[in-house]
Amino acid sequence: MARRSTPEVNAGSLADIAFLLLIFFLVTTTIETDSGISRKLPPMQDEEVEPPIIKEKNIFKVIVNRNNDLLVEDELMELSGLREAAIAFLDNGGGVGPEACTYCQGAGDPTSSDNPIKAVIMLVNDRQTEYGTYVAVQNELVGAYNELRNRSAQRLYAKSFSQMEADYDNINYTGNRERLKEQIEEIRDMWPQKLSEADPKN
Amino acid sequence: MAKFNKKKSSELPAINTSALPDIVFMLLFFFMVATVMRENTLKVQNVLPYADQVEKLDKKDLVMYIYAGKPSSRYQQTMGTEARIQLNDNFADVSDIQRFIYAERETKREELIPFLTTALKVDNETNMGLVSDIKMELRKAEALKINYTTRTGEAAQNFE
Repeated sequence: MARRSTPEVNAGSLADIAFLLLIFFLVTTTIETDSGISRKLPPMQDEEVEPPIIKEKNIFKVIVNRNNDLLVEDELMELSGLREAAIAFLDNGGGVGPEACTYCQGAGDPTSSDNPIKAVIMLVNDRQTEYGTYVAVQNELVGAYNELRNRSAQRLYAKSFSQMEADYDNINYTGNRERLKEQIEEIRDMWPQKLSEADPKN
Repeated sequence: MAKFNKKKSSELPAINTSALPDIVFMLLFFFMVATVMRENTLKVQNVLPYADQVEKLDKKDLVMYIYAGKPSSRYQQTMGTEARIQLNDNFADVSDIQRFIYAERETKREELIPFLTTALKVDNETNMGLVSDIKMELRKAEALKINYTTRTGEAAQNFE
C-alpha cells in the first residue's frame, strides 16, 4: 500500500483574503488630524473694571453685518483686500518719540496706528452673520499677523516665523531650544495679536 | 555532449508569491493600528469652513469637541431646522456646555487641565449668535483655549 502523506493545504488564496481585509481597512480609515485657527478667549471680567482708553487712530475696526458684508473702517471692502489693509494698519508706525516703531516699514501715516504694540484690531459681527464668513475674516486677520511676523523673523534670524515654531515643536531639532524660544517670544512681542471681539449686535 | 544539453524550458519560471500574504498582512496590521474610529455619531450637519492660517491640533486626548449646526435631515422632524449644539452623542442646550466642560475635566489628569483645548466644529452656515453664546459659556467655565476647526483651503471658498 502506498504511503500517503498529508496533502499540503493550498495557501494560495490567503493573499486574497488578506487583500480583502486590507482594502476594507483602507476604505474605512480616516487618519484625521484636525486643524484650525487657534484663539484664546478673554477671561470673564468684573463689571467695575474700567476699560483702558485707546486712541481712536490705534483701532482698526472690522464690521461684518448680517448680510455678510465687510466694513473696514466704515468702508465696504472685499475679503481679498482685508489682509493688505490690516497689514498697512499694523505696519504703519506713525508714532514719534517714545512711541516710534523701529522695525515698521509702513507709510508712517499720522492718522493711522502709532506702533504695532498699540494697534488693536476690533472685530464686530452680527448675530446673523454666517460662521463661514466669520472664520474667513479671522483667517485673513491672523494671516496679516503671520505675514508681518514672518517678515521680521526673516530679517532678524533668516528664517520664517512659522519655520521657527515648527522647529520648536520638532523633537529632532538640533539647535539651541532655549534660544529659539526666546527668539519666538521676541517676535511675538514685536507683533502682539491684539484682536478684540465685541459682543455681537442684533 | 548530452551532459550539457539540459532541457531548457521555454517558459518563464513562475514568480514565487508565497511572501505576498506576509507583506499584505504587514500593511493590514499597520492600517488596523492607525485607524481611529469616529468617537461621536454626528447628529448635526457639519460642513466645516475653509481657512489657510491653520495650526494642527494634535494630542487628541487633550481636545474637547463641541459640534454645532442644523440637525441632520433624519432629526429635522423632531428637532426642527434651527442650528443646535451637539455634545458627545446628544443634542444639547447652551446651558449644558458648562456642565459638559466640568465633566470632561473630571476625566483628565489634573496637571493636564490647563492644556485642554476646546475644538469648535461648527457648520459653515450657522449664525454667529449661537457661536457667541457657546464662547460666552466657555468663558464662564474658564475654558479659554479654543480652536475653530476648519478644512484647509482658501478662505474665499466660504462664500460659495
